[in-house]
Amino acid sequence: MSTRAGLTVTQVSHAYGKFVAARQIDLVARPGEVHCLLGPSGSGKSTLLRLIAGLETLQQGHIEIDGTEVASPTVHLSPEQRSVGFVFQDYALFPHLDVRRNIAFGMSRGSADQQRQRVRDLLDRVGMTDYESAMPHTLSGGQQQRIALARALASEPAVMLLDEPFSGLDARLRRDVRQTTLDILHATDVATLMVTHDPQEALATGDVVSVIQAGRIVQTGPPAEVYQRSASRAIAEVFGPINRLTGEVQDGTVASCCGPLAAPHLTHGSAVEVLLRPEAIALSKQPATDSVPARISSVSIEGATLRITVTLPEGVELEVYDLARRHWQAGDDVFLTLDDATVIIHPLPA
Amino acid sequence: MVGGNKRVRSWAGQAPLVLITLFVAAPVGVIAMSLGRDSGGLWSHLAATVLPDYVRNTVLLALGVTLLTSVLGVATAWLVTLCRFPGQRILRWALLLPLAIPTYLNAYAYTDLLQFSGPVQSGLRETFGWGARDYWFPEVRSLSGAILILALGLYPYVYLAARTAFLEQSVCVLEVGRTLGLGPWSNFARIALPLARPSIIAGLSLVLMETLAEFGAVQYCAVDTFATGIYRTFKRPDPHALTAAAQLSACLLLLVGMLIAVEALARRSARFHNTSTRYRELPSWQLRGAKAWLASFGCALPVLWGFGIPLGLFALRSWQHGDARARETFLEFGRNSFTLASIASLLAVFLAVMMALGQRLHSTALTRFMTRLSGIGYAIPGGVIAIGILVPVTWLDHRLNTLGQTLFGVSPGLVLGGTAVAIIYGYQTRFLAVSLNLVQAGLTRIQPSLDGAARTLGASPARMVRQIHLPMLRGSLLAAGLLVFVDVIKELPATLILRPFNFDTLAVRVYQLASDERLAEASTGALAIIFIGLIPVVILSTMLDRSRPGATTSSSDSDAPLAAPGATS
Repeated sequence: MSTRAGLTVTQVSHAYGKFVAARQIDLVARPGEVHCLLGPSGSGKSTLLRLIAGLETLQQGHIEIDGTEVASPTVHLSPEQRSVGFVFQDYALFPHLDVRRNIAFGMSRGSADQQRQRVRDLLDRVGMTDYESAMPHTLSGGQQQRIALARALASEPAVMLLDEPFSGLDARLRRDVRQTTLDILHATDVATLMVTHDPQEALATGDVVSVIQAGRIVQTGPPAEVYQRSASRAIAEVFGPINRLTGEVQDGTVASCCGPLAAPHLTHGSAVEVLLRPEAIALSKQPATDSVPARISSVSIEGATLRITVTLPEGVELEVYDLARRHWQAGDDVFLTLDDATVIIHPLPA
Repeated sequence: MVGGNKRVRSWAGQAPLVLITLFVAAPVGVIAMSLGRDSGGLWSHLAATVLPDYVRNTVLLALGVTLLTSVLGVATAWLVTLCRFPGQRILRWALLLPLAIPTYLNAYAYTDLLQFSGPVQSGLRETFGWGARDYWFPEVRSLSGAILILALGLYPYVYLAARTAFLEQSVCVLEVGRTLGLGPWSNFARIALPLARPSIIAGLSLVLMETLAEFGAVQYCAVDTFATGIYRTFKRPDPHALTAAAQLSACLLLLVGMLIAVEALARRSARFHNTSTRYRELPSWQLRGAKAWLASFGCALPVLWGFGIPLGLFALRSWQHGDARARETFLEFGRNSFTLASIASLLAVFLAVMMALGQRLHSTALTRFMTRLSGIGYAIPGGVIAIGILVPVTWLDHRLNTLGQTLFGVSPGLVLGGTAVAIIYGYQTRFLAVSLNLVQAGLTRIQPSLDGAARTLGASPARMVRQIHLPMLRGSLLAAGLLVFVDVIKELPATLILRPFNFDTLAVRVYQLASDERLAEASTGALAIIFIGLIPVVILSTMLDRSRPGATTSSSDSDAPLAAPGATS
């Protein structure tokens, strides 16, 4: 289609009175890309969406959509002049209009017949073909979500903004709806910015994930990188429990209680913290190279995985995940091996 | 659309709201400013002669009515909400019925019934062969008579507030009370009543405001209060009468202001939150035998006295004496009332929509303050508002006439004061709060995300209002219009002062006929007013029954507009 530039947010800060909701946010969403903004509630992510849509007036910074400046301290295009589609957490379907009128609400071009045809096409794409004249309150949550998506896409926006679009759905339905939504978004050249508080969801949906904490973006990258190379302990903890050890760099390696770890990029003698994801530690009955002995102190089953606590001879406790089909029991003697690729090592402030 | 005019746009958006508020609040400002003006000695004359009486009577009336309505309202609310006895289901809504009868009609009915020549005293004399001086009979036209009549008409405010509060109380809290060994009585006194206190105070403050504003009933009972004093002063053949009336109004305004302040304080110090959110069908104590019948009887009495007897009397009188001429004029006055009420309610709904939408689209400290200020008229007696409008209108009419004389040699007459403009204006000041409350309640039920959706889908604010807000508000707009309509039909003092010459409404006509002791002729009009007054009572009682969380019929219309149906007089 057209050469589109997507969404660019530069140095955006926003405050409500004394409460700072966004601090110097830089963010890019490219056409055809889903950018996930992950943060707890109150971290300022919804504010950012509202600023981009023009529902709030920008205080500092710049926002560009498709190469056009839509907001700056001196410029404010009203929402209807920006090429954005917005899917709200509560879907915000107009309760007094049927599905067809909801979807056609944002269509300005074309004759009535053409619009009707486009509504049908959109309904086909979201798998709701026969629901043209249904009223919103007769639809289930998942169906409402799909209609909201179709409605937002109807005006062929350059940028799609999704505010916790799946949080109202139960866990089973969620996966399906999420996949459908992603397929539809990837099939267009729309730049998508999606906000969520669910780390699993962010990793599963985002082509790029940004972690936001207290109004500030603290890390941006592909999901695997953000997860495996978390820039700080606070970020690492967002995605689940983590084991933390401390040590010192000696000639490019860190001597940890779990054996030596390669740290070629760190200076000799500096103090470091080592962050180990529970699944980065492998358990076996037999010793192997670089493995260390330990004893299992507790085991609990969490569906497909086992959550195991092991104790090292020095008394250090570590949390380990293993598959539930392996029958570990408390009191078992085991050997630990680390998966070097997923170990995170950060220098500690002196 | 760019940059520099961001600020301008924001101001333009807020301007209508600010203008409407200033427009409706202006009469109140006029009254407040009148204090500094010269009344040519009339004020000091009033202060020396009648003012002490006004103060004494007003305070005694207020105290008596407060006491009586709180007992009546809370007791009946507790009985019908938490006990089971014969007729309790009917009484639940029947207890609201007295709201349909403006208190002045009650006064007419009871005076007619109980005066010397009335059926009760005549009956007694006939039965026992007494002469005129052989017995003692309580005088209806007295302070205590006025207190009784007002209390019978106004207790539903307290009943409504208390019942809502009892319904909202979590069963769990009451059940904890029972497991801690409290019987029904101590449960009521130590848990339910203290929890309901903030609501009851809110209900009582409505009663107090209505009492301070009361004109018709008090006038008919020959009790001199501020409200009647204002009217009497206004009618004095004195060039300074209007100024002195305005100054009296300012005194009453001060009383109302103090009342609002006290109520705000009381509410702030006593705000309770339900600690439990579990609701179930309220437990009910099955009353049996004598207790049950006593409860039925006790709850039926206020309905009978406050509604049944006056209604029956007017119906009887209308049946007996409704002569053809009365019917003919009745139609004319009915048409006048209908026209006025239609125009006033349409305008009130229009202004309320402008205000409510203005605040939704531009919610700033200024618009929030202005919205609150615009409701001030509801707390202000109709007579006071009327004087507040008459002062500037008279001034303006004189100026217009002078201008007409000098420019064209013709005086246009009383362009504003002689037409319906002034009275419609007065209704806006008095009743905008009613329509605004309902429209705002309706608007808050429209999630803000719908606005966001409409705007991001390319709708301008105007299109959003037209295609989303207004269609979704339809029910609220209808209810708002209806309530203002009914309030206007019932309104007496402002109409009496501000109506154009030779333009009588139903309420005014009924008042005049009653003043001339021609109650039989007044009865048709009175009946009409009562039936129109039933409309909001029906709306209110259905809302109330649906309002309880966990009630069998669920509905979103839970904001019962407590302040809506006024027993205005």
